[in-house]
Amino acid sequence: MRSGWQRSLLLPLCVTVVLSWSLLPIAWQVTTSLKPNAELLSLPPLFPSAPTTEHYRVLFEEQSFHQSLINSAVVSVLTTVAALVIGALAAFPLARLRIAGKGMFLGVVLAASMFPAIVTVGPLFVIIRALGLRDTWWALVISHTSFALPLTIWILTNFMRELPDDLYRAARVDGCTPWQAFIYIFVPLCRPGFAAAAILVFLFSWTEFLFALTFTATEASRTIPVAIVLFPGIHEIPWGEMAAASVIVTVPVFVLVALFHKHIVLGLTAGAVKG
Amino acid sequence: MPEVRIEHISKHYGDAPVLHDFSLTIHDGEFFTLLGPSGCGKTTLINLVAGLDHIDSGEIYFDERQVSTLSPKDRDVAMVFQSYALYPHKTVAENLAFPLRVNKQPKAKIESEVRRVSALLGLAGLLEKKPAEISGGERQRVALGRALIREPAVFLMDEPLSNLDAQLRVQTRAEIKQLHRTLKRTTIYVTHDQDEALSLSDRLAVMDRGEVIQVGTPEEIYRAPAHLTVAKFIGSPQMNMIPGRLMPGTPLQVDVGSTHIAVCSSELPEQSMEPEPREVIVGLRPEDIRVQQASKGQGARVLDIEHTGSRVWVDLVWGDHRVKALAAGDLSITRDQLVALDIDPTCLHLFDTRSGDRLP
Repeated sequence: MRSGWQRSLLLPLCVTVVLSWSLLPIAWQVTTSLKPNAELLSLPPLFPSAPTTEHYRVLFEEQSFHQSLINSAVVSVLTTVAALVIGALAAFPLARLRIAGKGMFLGVVLAASMFPAIVTVGPLFVIIRALGLRDTWWALVISHTSFALPLTIWILTNFMRELPDDLYRAARVDGCTPWQAFIYIFVPLCRPGFAAAAILVFLFSWTEFLFALTFTATEASRTIPVAIVLFPGIHEIPWGEMAAASVIVTVPVFVLVALFHKHIVLGLTAGAVKG
Repeated sequence: MPEVRIEHISKHYGDAPVLHDFSLTIHDGEFFTLLGPSGCGKTTLINLVAGLDHIDSGEIYFDERQVSTLSPKDRDVAMVFQSYALYPHKTVAENLAFPLRVNKQPKAKIESEVRRVSALLGLAGLLEKKPAEISGGERQRVALGRALIREPAVFLMDEPLSNLDAQLRVQTRAEIKQLHRTLKRTTIYVTHDQDEALSLSDRLAVMDRGEVIQVGTPEEIYRAPAHLTVAKFIGSPQMNMIPGRLMPGTPLQVDVGSTHIAVCSSELPEQSMEPEPREVIVGLRPEDIRVQQASKGQGARVLDIEHTGSRVWVDLVWGDHRVKALAAGDLSITRDQLVALDIDPTCLHLFDTRSGDRLP
């Protein structure tokens, strides 16, 4: 048994290290985004002597950053919806109905999610160009959904498996078709699972870079991560604007995680403990 | 209310046959119980009747209607589950209303039916509560109500009482019986509890390993178990089983170790008059053996005395066997004492040692 003071010191110390590790870069971005141009590349001052929102103004007034925001939001939301709908429709039979080769199917789904994105980006590009979807939202929605589906299917399948078998049987005897049992009983009861999957898919799509870079060409469909990378001009790198954009892109992530952190943990551990 | 006819059905799970060429008829309006140890196929059978599982071969009829391939919603059955299977995200009222809602009944009808059923089952005060907020007994009644509300043709109950505590179980048992008397629905009830089976049923089937061993009224099954398995399963405390020999001659005698018991059954067939002694199992219900103060003769030694309130059971060593017997409440006996046993010879059950079949 460790003595009391060691114990009481160890935990705060670890927490501090972890928090510093993950929060300091963000703090750095925030302060950078508020610094006037003159102070951007100098240290000290650590904090801006006269905080300015100039970089944010430039983003929206001169860079049409709002278009990227809209693109990102639309792509992420559509991806989330598509992944949840398709994922739920796949998870229900996988969890409930008697289907030959269920285990193998889940295994293949898992294996598919192991493919590095870079391997598929070439073929996907060819497909998307052939479909005439290049530089549209749909190019990203489709590719993001296909990459988010394995995780979604796994989370939702685990959730639906946890529901007692008798609930499904009761619904069937009460007069439900399998589809009605799915809609009336399973969907409402799997809300936590949907929430967890939704957040993870949204965050994935919101921050995804490789596909977004490859499949977009103009402002019409460019998402924020790509937009930020394309800020640097020929003669200068606009650190202030990039920092401001990073801050903006981080805010929804913060809000979502703060609101739903319980669901995220629940979703990731579904199937681990019966509860 | 339909008659349910199960004709030659078979069901396998993987390689394991659960039911094989199984037939059974449940009469119109009857309260019929499937009684058996777990794994005997009774739950599988009720699932097949409900349409929750596919039969491999054979047919199920509700009257003349062949229902074997219909999905549950087209069979007009309702089921009460052991786990109650209430929908946790719906209130009691919504749970009750669900079968009607799925059936697209008009709103006004749903409301009046929910009111009727909740009044019938004493659930009126709980309508707005969620299943998690009510007690086990209340959940049980909601489950019953959800099954009742649709006025189904056939009522199925899969061990509906086994999650309740003893007192509530007896009380709910009485309620179920009362409900059946009022509604007169054909009911198939699954249980492993013989008390429930005996007290509720019009008729029951004792099942073991996917086969029906005996079908009859509770009285018939208790009085004349058709097979050793039934005899062991029905009656509490369990029937004493003593290996013995049926001796030829008149009167017939059973040779049990050191003692003989005269058999006063006029129904024993001629073949048991064969000259050779026949190996049998003698079944004696503990309540048919009376413990008395020993004078002489049949001696049994008291091993243990068990008071259960109304009755006093005595464990005895009798010859080479251990038996349980009933003692009068005022009889003063102590352990290791020698006592006499008074056995009513009309209450003997004889079973063939090899086949386990009852010798009539």
